[in-house]
Amino acid sequence: MSQREKILEIRDLNISFKTGNKNVKAIRGVNLDLYKGETIAIVGESGSGKSVTTKAIMGILAKNGSIDSGSINYTWHDEKTGEKITKDIVKMSEKEIQTEIRGRKIAMVFQDPMTSLNPTMTIGKQIMEPMMYHYGTSKEEAFKKAVKLLEEVGITDPEARMKNYPHQLSGGMRQRVVIAIALSCDPYVLICDEPTTALDVTIQAKILELIQDIQKKKGISVIYITHDLGVVAKVADFVNVMYAGKIVEKGLIDEIFYDPRHPYTWGLLSAMPDLDTDDDELYTIPGSPPNLTQEIVGDAFAPRNLYALNIDKRLDPPMFKVEGSNTHEVASWLMHPKAPHVEMPESLKKRINKMKKEGAINA
Amino acid sequence: MHKGDTILEVKDLKQHFRVSRKQTVKAVDGISFEIKAGETYGLVGESGSGKSTTGRSIIRLYQPTQGKIIFEGEDISGKMSNKALKTLRTKMAMIFQDPMACLNPRKKVIDIIAQGLDIHHAYSSIEERNEKVYKMLEMVGLSREHANRYPHQFSGGQRQRIGIARALIMEPDLIIADEAISALDVSIQAQVVNLMKKMQKETGAAYLFIAHDLSMVKYISDRIGVLHLGHMVETGTAEEIFNNPLHPYTKSLLSAIPHPNPKIEKTRKSFTYDYATSGLDYEAGYEHKITDTHSVLATDEEFEQFMANAKKSF
Amino acid sequence: MEDYKFLPDDFELIGDKQNIMIDEVAPSKPQWKDILDRFMENKGAVIGICLIVLITLLAIIVPMVSRWGVNAENTAIANQAPSSVHFFGTDYLGRDLWVRTWQGTRYSLIIAVVAVVIDVLIGITYGMISGYFGGMVDSVLQRIQEIINSIPTLVVLIILLTVMKASLTTVIVALIFTEWIPMSRITRAQVLKVKEDEFVLASRTLGAGNIFILFKEILPNIFGQLIIMSMMTIPNAIFYEAYLAFVGLGLTKPLASLGTLINDGFSLFQVHPHAMVIPAIVMAVLMLSFNLFGDGLRDALDPTMKEM
Repeated sequence: MSQREKILEIRDLNISFKTGNKNVKAIRGVNLDLYKGETIAIVGESGSGKSVTTKAIMGILAKNGSIDSGSINYTWHDEKTGEKITKDIVKMSEKEIQTEIRGRKIAMVFQDPMTSLNPTMTIGKQIMEPMMYHYGTSKEEAFKKAVKLLEEVGITDPEARMKNYPHQLSGGMRQRVVIAIALSCDPYVLICDEPTTALDVTIQAKILELIQDIQKKKGISVIYITHDLGVVAKVADFVNVMYAGKIVEKGLIDEIFYDPRHPYTWGLLSAMPDLDTDDDELYTIPGSPPNLTQEIVGDAFAPRNLYALNIDKRLDPPMFKVEGSNTHEVASWLMHPKAPHVEMPESLKKRINKMKKEGAINA
Repeated sequence: MHKGDTILEVKDLKQHFRVSRKQTVKAVDGISFEIKAGETYGLVGESGSGKSTTGRSIIRLYQPTQGKIIFEGEDISGKMSNKALKTLRTKMAMIFQDPMACLNPRKKVIDIIAQGLDIHHAYSSIEERNEKVYKMLEMVGLSREHANRYPHQFSGGQRQRIGIARALIMEPDLIIADEAISALDVSIQAQVVNLMKKMQKETGAAYLFIAHDLSMVKYISDRIGVLHLGHMVETGTAEEIFNNPLHPYTKSLLSAIPHPNPKIEKTRKSFTYDYATSGLDYEAGYEHKITDTHSVLATDEEFEQFMANAKKSF
Repeated sequence: MEDYKFLPDDFELIGDKQNIMIDEVAPSKPQWKDILDRFMENKGAVIGICLIVLITLLAIIVPMVSRWGVNAENTAIANQAPSSVHFFGTDYLGRDLWVRTWQGTRYSLIIAVVAVVIDVLIGITYGMISGYFGGMVDSVLQRIQEIINSIPTLVVLIILLTVMKASLTTVIVALIFTEWIPMSRITRAQVLKVKEDEFVLASRTLGAGNIFILFKEILPNIFGQLIIMSMMTIPNAIFYEAYLAFVGLGLTKPLASLGTLINDGFSLFQVHPHAMVIPAIVMAVLMLSFNLFGDGLRDALDPTMKEM
């Protein structure tokens, strides 16, 4: 890998929501880096704060949400001068975000293509509009570019399709259109929020392959938000595992899948049924995610953790670096030198060994 | 009911919906299968394949257009006698997809779970009723203190467990799980599947497990049926479907299963299947048996072609 | 890592000692308390309910304890302006307006509340049957409703007056005749929405009958909407009664409702404005309070505000 260029840097982000008279701490001290051309995945259960994080990146937090502290820095090169610019979105005004960032530098693909498209507008118009708004492209030019985009996302007979309304397309087609819209302003970051969960399984893989192709062609960076480790395995270079608004483990894809250290990651990996798992019970994470309206003391995962330590009840663990790697970090007291040595569950170990073997054959 | 007896038999079931005077949607178009006592039958297909409709026809939320549904020896497809209706309602239960919508938000958990008991007056005293509910709650991993709470106080996985408790309280012989786990997070899915398996061991109920995702189906089912466009294109034991899939649609479903192994997943390309361009004709096809349990929908020529393809890959 | 102080037993494994097979669910506020909290946050609604209570109490108590009779005429003190003896002054026959206004409010409230309660009963039943059973039943019921809806209330009242005397009952009957229609529409729409929900299907698969589903499953879920709707109909009914009185089709003299008081005061408005202005203000305040209260209820029962 040549010089990696950092284009997005989140430091110590804290976000809370006010509901009723309670304060919900949705994000607690998140750090995140995104480099040019790379793909990161944020994995977690619903309510873990993964969607909130990306909404903050887009500057589209709900009205009752507020960023309490932290920074979200974007770095880009000016189109004309090529000068390097870094800006903190937390300090930018709504209008600045709208004209400079949203749609233009960073675009989003949502979960449900049916609700993210405007049902009363032809898809052509929906693709052309952001270009005309952000860059003042002429109508003819925008049309030409829209047709090209539709072709790129694998829609046959694009010129005729421009006049279609969303309801005239199938679910997979719609998601392709959503991707085309996201790409219309040449963003350099694409956020995909569960881009395939609303689609049929046979189409899911197609959409992921499409996003990968486009990414390779255009050299953009992609952030995936998902709870599906299959998706992560397919697309991600770097994985962040989130639990209760905090990143509990992060590392390169191989580190997370072949050498997971956090008990929560163990649970996530084991819960995926392997096609060869037989009769014995699936390993699961017992219990349910915590209620974030309650003040969390210590490690939020402790009540569900088979390997909880006494200290977990008292203190929230910091990020420990895993030896021998400068990318792999884990937030668990088990990583502390004084902690008792704990092995991952036997069944998971077996599975990882098998995966490694399969991988070796495949490679 | 003994293990191995046929508990449900669906014969050539058709379920058509008239949308307008000119248009009829053939949601289910002549499918047949049977479920044995205590086993789990997985029904897989994409949206619009008719899998949910099949489940709802069996439990008679819809009036079947044609075909027979025989449950515990009673025909439940036509007009039903009171006795048949009663067996149906107490011996068959359903678990729904959406944990947010499947529980009445204005009812306490205890009343939700006890609903079946209340409707059929299946208790002699209130204490007995409550005791049954508490036992059920503990079986699904919740405590009796939760009985007086309202559904909105629970998380998705917990609500789904309450839904399971509601379905199980009448001790049914057949439970239809209509995409019961697809709205849940992966880790919670495993939890619910484990619970369902545990309950099956304890109660001996048979499951009709409807899903769009093959990986969990493989794990939980004894036999699997693959539905496409209202037709049962292939059915067989879980091993047969996974190790020797014949129909191209089954193959495409199998190839779409994500693998939690980045080394494999990164290089894998999925296999596409499109009915319109495949040249297959579901209407003309009929069931070809490969083994006692394994059969595929095809015309004679199609069948030969499938078999030839299968040999090639070995 | 230096800033952490460790206790001796900190690194003891306790995970296997926790009882994690049974879930903990954090207790949360009961629903009614949530609703109350949301309602209390809405200042207008709180003022509204306070005013409603105040006006109702005055309407009940004042005519009972006042030393002036409701219909006691005394032309010697006719058309007096408000004073410490007659708080709201007197009318052209020397009747004390303080007593008459509250007595009038009493009638207006009775008419409105009775009419709305009956409307709600008819409207909910009609709407539930129509929405739940659907098909033919729905079509027939909807056509009947459209026909009734196309007859203006005024016409209904005039026809009614040919067979009934102008009285409290007549006005109530006239109001009932038309006011139930919006109620039944709302009910029907709500039932249509709820009846396909999975929890209703679940109830059906367990063998619940129609009555059980309608009353135990559907009704509790649409009740909030219906209460809001009926709160919004009350000011309508109050106004309609006044309107009928003003065109001379309401209560007969010497009975007083807010409408008849305004009507009486109107003839002397340019000389003695107080006789009309005061009842009009009471009526306006009453209607406003019901509207504010209804608004507050809607926000409290049906928070459309998206959380997160």
